[in-house]
Amino acid sequence: MLSIKNLHAGVEGKEILKGLNLEVKAGEVHAIMGPNGAGKSSLASVLAGKEQYEVTNGTAMLDGKDLLEMAPEDRAREGLFLAFQYPIEIPGVSNINFLKTAMNEIREYRGLAPLTAKEFLQRSREKQELVEFDAKLVNRSLNEGFSGGEKKRNEIFQLAMLDPKLSILDETDSGLDIDALRIVSRGVNKLRSKDNAFILITHYQRLLDYIVPDFVHVLADGKIVKSGGKELALELEEKGYDWLTNN
Amino acid sequence: MITKQLEAPLFDTMQSRYDMLRLNQKDSISEYRAEAMEAFTRLGFPSVKNEEWRFTNVLPIIKKEYDLNSNIDALSTINIEKASTLLEKHFITNFKEKVYKIVSINGVYCAALSQLPQQEGFFFSPILKAKDHPNFKKNFGKVLNIKENAFAALNSATFQNGAFISLDKNVIIDAPIHFIKIILADNNALIQKRDLFVLDKFAEMNIIESYIKEGTGDVFLNIASEVVVAEQAQFNHYDLQKSDEHLHIIQRTEAQQSKHSNYRNYVFTLPGAGFVRNNLSLHLDDAEIETHLYGLYLSANEQLIDNHTEVHHKFPRGESNQLYKGIMMDKSKAVFNGKIYVYQDAQKTNAFQQSNNILFSQNATVNAKPQLEIFADDVKCSHGTTIGQLDQNALFYLKSRGMSETKAKEMMVKAFAFDVVEKIEISELKTYIGHLIAEEMENR
Repeated sequence: MLSIKNLHAGVEGKEILKGLNLEVKAGEVHAIMGPNGAGKSSLASVLAGKEQYEVTNGTAMLDGKDLLEMAPEDRAREGLFLAFQYPIEIPGVSNINFLKTAMNEIREYRGLAPLTAKEFLQRSREKQELVEFDAKLVNRSLNEGFSGGEKKRNEIFQLAMLDPKLSILDETDSGLDIDALRIVSRGVNKLRSKDNAFILITHYQRLLDYIVPDFVHVLADGKIVKSGGKELALELEEKGYDWLTNN
Repeated sequence: MITKQLEAPLFDTMQSRYDMLRLNQKDSISEYRAEAMEAFTRLGFPSVKNEEWRFTNVLPIIKKEYDLNSNIDALSTINIEKASTLLEKHFITNFKEKVYKIVSINGVYCAALSQLPQQEGFFFSPILKAKDHPNFKKNFGKVLNIKENAFAALNSATFQNGAFISLDKNVIIDAPIHFIKIILADNNALIQKRDLFVLDKFAEMNIIESYIKEGTGDVFLNIASEVVVAEQAQFNHYDLQKSDEHLHIIQRTEAQQSKHSNYRNYVFTLPGAGFVRNNLSLHLDDAEIETHLYGLYLSANEQLIDNHTEVHHKFPRGESNQLYKGIMMDKSKAVFNGKIYVYQDAQKTNAFQQSNNILFSQNATVNAKPQLEIFADDVKCSHGTTIGQLDQNALFYLKSRGMSETKAKEMMVKAFAFDVVEKIEISELKTYIGHLIAEEMENR
């Protein structure tokens, strides 16, 4: 599914990712952990195509297609989804219209007919229920006045609606209380399948109690310095990151 | 302060025009015209040294030579045919319910293409034929400030065309009236239009003004309108400005309101007319008056769009609300200047003004100047201006969900315009303007 090789990228001439390698296959959940400033969120931004980032070397292929060559919207249409650490508030843009437009543009790209109003509504209801997203929020302006938890749940609702191949959750657990964390995790667990994959970027092991990963990677100074199974997360929780980054 | 008349032969041309008129047209408004001409002569055309015109240079417009007689055979068969075809193409077609039409060609009322309300108590006539109507006699020339406004003075001294509408007490027009100004000009033309709208007590009316221009001539459209809204009357006045770069509009609308009346002015300026200066002045001449001013401007190419507003709160407990929003693209320029005067007697006034602007290109300019002058001591007033750019993070967010750059920008521009568009009370017009915005944002 996703294959990242020797990825170098930075902002304004400052290199942040320094030769990162990662392989993610369908059906897998990968967790990327690491200290602050290691480049975790930069990796998410580079993959999603944020313009400020400049890729200087390496490749990132999604099912054989070069992601780095594509505009952000085409990456999404190819099946990439980034759940933002800080979802943006856009007053005046209705949540539901925005989603409908996005979905239909994605469908058009894939040569599918647009959903009818009825189909869309039905799907929206289904997914709202699945990820426990409040129907009242669906019709509001995009994220406007949402609490931190509501914003994150809206990200998961969008994820459910767009049904991507590969989802990157960028610190989705940050700023969530334990109830919100449970709801968000339940949503993600229901959406997991043998055909899709998830990358969870997180600072804390806590999220991984709820969404159990197949692999855990430690990102430090722009590279993956250690990979392992879910037990690695527990080890990190206990020992911190220093033992990995000091040598 | 004034443009050297040498640079603008139009000044002399209009003087001799007036002299001719004075000899040939003696009637009840001759005295008013003389007064207006005197004011115009004294004021001259404003230059950029005049504070009111600092960012808006009229010289390129007034130094041109114009045909002053484009109204004379405006209603020729061939023109009416042309106008009729244009109407079909440009008319706001999505009206579910009926809509009335008042069509003018080069300022001249065209009965053949118009559809007037047939209700009792509704009166319409070309303005110069209305001189015996009591509401004309009572109100004409009483609202417009010609002493300080050169273009309004010029219009008052020399206009030949325009519309007079009068609504009797309690008359509620059951559908919007669409005022369509068709301009056919293969040569440069100066067209002046003078309107007077009078609403008696409890009367209600919606007017949508719009423009259709054909021909390659440069047109200078100098419009002056007087509006009188009596006690408890309601007037929603929409102006939809969209045309081609050869159209230059300078207009002044002044409204006088009485107790418990409500006047709403909406002006939408879209890419098109090369030069637009809207002057809007509201006189709250009684207590407990409500007035709303909404503006949305989307400028492109080398367009200049200038909105100047004045709200005069003269009596207690009045309420005024101004919201102007603009998006400037390409090399276009916008100006917003809003003045609120709260006179000494106007206690408990609520006056709000807000102007928000987005620069959509590196080469666009906006000059915004909010002004408040308050002489009463118990009032609630506020004004605010913002100038910014489209939020790049928001754009990225939308694109990251699979939305194209164009669609994402369109959505954000619509969202920005939403506060103004949602104030439109005619749903068909709301939809229509939404479409116009979408159309403009495509391929940008």
